Amino acid sequence: MSGAIVDEVLAPAGGDLAIAAAGPWQLARRRLLRNRVALVMAGLLAVIVALCLGAPLYAHHIAHTDPFRSNLDGTTIANGKRVPVMVQSTQGLGLGVTPIGPTWDVHHYFLGADGQGRDVAARLLYGGRNSLLIGTSAALITCFLAVLVGVVAGFFGGLVDGILSRLLDVVWAFPVYLLAISLSTVLIARGFSLGPLHLTSGSLLLPITIIGLVYIPYVARPIRGEVLSLRRREFVEAAIGLGASNWRLLWSDILPNVVTTAIVLFPLMLAIDMLTEAALSFLSIGVQEPKASWGSIILDGQDLLYTRPAVALAPGIAIALTVLALNVLGDGIRDALDPRAKLRKTKDD
Amino acid sequence: MRNRKSLIALALVAVIGVVATGSSSARTTSHRGGTLKLLANAAGGTLDPQVNYTLQYWQLYQATYDGLLAFQKAGGSAAFNVVPDLASSYKTTNGGKSWVFTLRKGIKFSNGRPVTANDVVASFRRIFKVKSPTAGGFYNGIVGASKCLKTPATCTLAGGISGKGNTVTINLTAPDAEFKYKLAVPHASILPASAPPNDAGSTPIPGTGAYYFSSYDSNKQLVMKRNPYFHVWSQLAQPDGYPDQITQSFGLTVEAQVTAVENGQADWGYDFPPADRLNELGTKYAAQTHLTPLTAFWYAPMNVNIPPFTSLKARQAVNYAIDRNALIKIFGGPKLATPSCQVLPPGFPGNKPYCPYTKNPGATWSAPDVAKAKQLVNASGQKGAKVVVISANDEVQKAVGVYLASVLNEIGFKATAKAISGNIAFTYPQNTKNHVQINVAAVVPGLPAASDFLHILFGCESFHPGSDSSINMAGFCNKPINAQMNAALKLENTNFPKANAMWAKIDRQVTDQAPMATMFTPKHLDFVSKRVGNFVFSKQFYWLVDQSWVQ
Repeated sequence: MSGAIVDEVLAPAGGDLAIAAAGPWQLARRRLLRNRVALVMAGLLAVIVALCLGAPLYAHHIAHTDPFRSNLDGTTIANGKRVPVMVQSTQGLGLGVTPIGPTWDVHHYFLGADGQGRDVAARLLYGGRNSLLIGTSAALITCFLAVLVGVVAGFFGGLVDGILSRLLDVVWAFPVYLLAISLSTVLIARGFSLGPLHLTSGSLLLPITIIGLVYIPYVARPIRGEVLSLRRREFVEAAIGLGASNWRLLWSDILPNVVTTAIVLFPLMLAIDMLTEAALSFLSIGVQEPKASWGSIILDGQDLLYTRPAVALAPGIAIALTVLALNVLGDGIRDALDPRAKLRKTKDD
Repeated sequence: MRNRKSLIALALVAVIGVVATGSSSARTTSHRGGTLKLLANAAGGTLDPQVNYTLQYWQLYQATYDGLLAFQKAGGSAAFNVVPDLASSYKTTNGGKSWVFTLRKGIKFSNGRPVTANDVVASFRRIFKVKSPTAGGFYNGIVGASKCLKTPATCTLAGGISGKGNTVTINLTAPDAEFKYKLAVPHASILPASAPPNDAGSTPIPGTGAYYFSSYDSNKQLVMKRNPYFHVWSQLAQPDGYPDQITQSFGLTVEAQVTAVENGQADWGYDFPPADRLNELGTKYAAQTHLTPLTAFWYAPMNVNIPPFTSLKARQAVNYAIDRNALIKIFGGPKLATPSCQVLPPGFPGNKPYCPYTKNPGATWSAPDVAKAKQLVNASGQKGAKVVVISANDEVQKAVGVYLASVLNEIGFKATAKAISGNIAFTYPQNTKNHVQINVAAVVPGLPAASDFLHILFGCESFHPGSDSSINMAGFCNKPINAQMNAALKLENTNFPKANAMWAKIDRQVTDQAPMATMFTPKHLDFVSKRVGNFVFSKQFYWLVDQSWVQ
């Protein structure tokens, strides 16, 4: 970390030698551990992730259900009685079939059934796995490619910067949701082939790639700006004066200073990517049936809002909690890595 | 004594007749007036009656436009009868190849201009000029039609149609027993000769019906008002309507439409009520809910030219595996649909109940045979094949697609379901370039004839590779069966009952070849407001809106 900006903030005003002796990552960890709200949210996120990872366990060993198979003629136990999963109206003209509501029994349709007679709780957990997988993978793609593009553009400048910046401008010019919807509409219908790479229309890689790509400018732009600023800093000029190669400058002086920005932006991008995935799946152009995601379960529940609101509410709440946890955790990480630029200032500040 | 008794009886009959006529007339007068308020989620597209091909507007065209002939404005199956409309009479000559019509006198368009033979001739030419969706399917038998189909802009139908005085003659290249039906659908509406030679879009074209379209804003509302030049010339073809004005407003969701009708803010919603409101309609609003069996069917065409459905066994496996009773639950339960295995729906000409794809094969479906389906998939060599089920993204079609994918996975395929926009869901599977393997479709016949199902949906002539207009979505072209279809079409000209018996056999053969999985025959649900009276449902064009009163 020689020459990195983070070194400059290490000297404590109060003369705390223990802190002064600690490395930047250790300091950041300590600051994060002191942020109780962020820790609570990290705990909440960990619980959500653990529950979602345990989806097969819940479906096969607790609820004994296949959440991907229609079960329109199935039965279950509610209040000690065997009842149909899809209840046919017998009153009046006998119109309509209503899925069973929440039984609050983890073994039998805890959150009720959806319009296909499938266990909503099991689909919620499986859906969470897909939503988290898509969000995390897309955020990784965004951050990795954005750092690459931002660093190269900012460091080399000139023609390279011009070309890369214009490319980012082109992507930026489109409203992000409109771009994601357009790409999804085309690619979800036909799949995507490029040389040896072939993504089938139902593949999760499609929404991951689409969401990962459309947000690159949103991360690459600030990173490029930061690199442009770093390029003129004394420690970089000193390294250049000492004859350091471009590769050494990038690897030892530039990258360590911008990687913290990417780390700070990662949870925030993850939250945004999960929301985008939910939106695309809600529009039937994200995760395809019989797979589930929180967005697609909300879509399933939309048709049952009047009689079985739990089907749409449960994934809605799950998305809200996860995004809240990620945003607060993201702020906590940012405060920990860059304490001079607090987003939420206290009175004393 | 005997004479006296007869006279008294005659007098009584006369009095009863007078009273009955009087009360009927009084009823008609007392209910006349008011505004019938209809709702729809979205507008139905162009208002041009020779271009539009949606039930949404075909329903309204019944009260606004007339053809030379018309389907009888009556409830039930009587609606399949064709009666003279703008023509007072017609006859066929030249072995059924020439149709001669005598026009009624004194009929005027809603702009005040009288209807003439010139308007009739221009209207038939216009079918081709505006590239009506059925120009090639319904009217290609008119002499000169093939040239008009190639160069629509200069269409004259030379030798195909002529008008002199009150007589119009249409010449066909071959006898066509179904031509009378084709003359009674809105695409054959008679319009003023001055109507634009292209799709009129949102500009209303004057008609001869009891109402005319006074304004149309596809983002807001369609308004129908009484045609000031209308008089009843045939109660069967074009009766007078009750409301003074009929409006169809756009933009409300289906949920909101139901709520508006419940609250009396509107009288009817075009869109099928959502699943979560059906129970409420069937209990709280049973008196306002009308259920009518349709001569239609929901089916899943399987592309016989793309694996895995190139295999007959794979196609039959899907038919055996579908639990029609379960599927019907998606549609709202057994009161709203009936399981089906064959193409021709119950009550339709040529229908003979037949169901080979059930646990106990016979006339009706009883239960799925999943074990047999799995055996067939194994035997087909297609086990593990990837299948994508395409459906429209509306609530019911999407749910049916998801169910089909689940069934396909159960019997050994690897299936996913893909819901696409309703705007392209009808044409997308038709184009072979899109490589659709199986999709969800619903068909309502345009004509009350077996050929409209069997020949149109599964005939070689309806399969056009690479075109969006290839209604034979399965790409099924079985030469021997197709030859029988063409023979049955010819036989219709001379012996309709015998032709229908032939269609029944063809229905059986097509079902055995399983180019589709027939799922169920639906019922239609109309939910009307409390104030709507005299609900009349035509099996051909559904609710006759103008025949209901609102006061």
